[in-house]
Amino acid sequence: MSYRPGQRVRVAARPHEGHHRTPAYLKGKVGSVERMHASFTNPETRAYGTDGLPEQPLYLVGFAQRDVWPDYRGHGDDRIFVDVFEHWLERVE
Amino acid sequence: MSDHDHDHDHPHAPLTNGDEPAAAERARALEELLVEKGVIAREDVRERIDWLVSRSPADGARLVARAWVDREFNERLLADARVAALELGLDPGPSPVLVAVENTQAVHHMVVCTLCSCYPKGLLGPPPDWYKSLPYRSRAVSDPRGVLGEFGVELEDDVELRVLDSTADIRYLVIPRRPAGSETMSEEELAALVTRDSMIGVAQPAAPAPVAS
Repeated sequence: MSYRPGQRVRVAARPHEGHHRTPAYLKGKVGSVERMHASFTNPETRAYGTDGLPEQPLYLVGFAQRDVWPDYRGHGDDRIFVDVFEHWLERVE
Repeated sequence: MSDHDHDHDHPHAPLTNGDEPAAAERARALEELLVEKGVIAREDVRERIDWLVSRSPADGARLVARAWVDREFNERLLADARVAALELGLDPGPSPVLVAVENTQAVHHMVVCTLCSCYPKGLLGPPPDWYKSLPYRSRAVSDPRGVLGEFGVELEDDVELRVLDSTADIRYLVIPRRPAGSETMSEEELAALVTRDSMIGVAQPAAPAPVAS
């Protein structure tokens, strides 16, 4: 499954043992795809001495700060953009 | 190495140096093991360190100054910062994707790596200690306007703040806004205004010196 810019996505809330690059503060949060960067080897398997293949598409995903931090003190338009690998994203209906 | 019954009774350099922090001791022990297992060579480590300390924010500043004076170069920088850096003969660093984001009257960007300390080292040199500190890494995402205030940056009310958390293979460089009063300055003079912190997005560029009369 691949995602298009503008598409709404949720960061998977599943637990994960071991190394991964999806920050805990984003788990379960909904944002929208800003761009697809490229595909990269998977840090979750590469960290344990493998070649990290198959490569995983990496997306830049934007989130409203108020959706990420319920008590966010900044402005309503403020956003946070995070690079998230495709296998951590879920389609939002 | 499998038949090497290694109980560390052979002589080698001491693993610690006086009062160095525990993290340095751990790094040294890791390096020792990686070299011993043949994963890396000592020369690799020295080459990487030599490369890192040879890099400086002056390179990033050259990119920004060129973008300020050349609209078309700015477009190329925003489209692919790696290619734009190579065009100026600069070393963009080992990361395969380098992204430049532009601060405008309406949008301000700042960069953090909450998971470690990812940073565009090729163009900015080694990251400052505060960039790697836990307080910056946690608060830059949850209270970025508070953090900016502590750096002396107060954004106008109608400015949208965008925080970039570089969690993976991408490196981000901020193109700060060209300061007012710099209209007649040369590209070289402009580059001197572009500070490291302004390319992380936690500061504005230096103000131009008033024209002597």
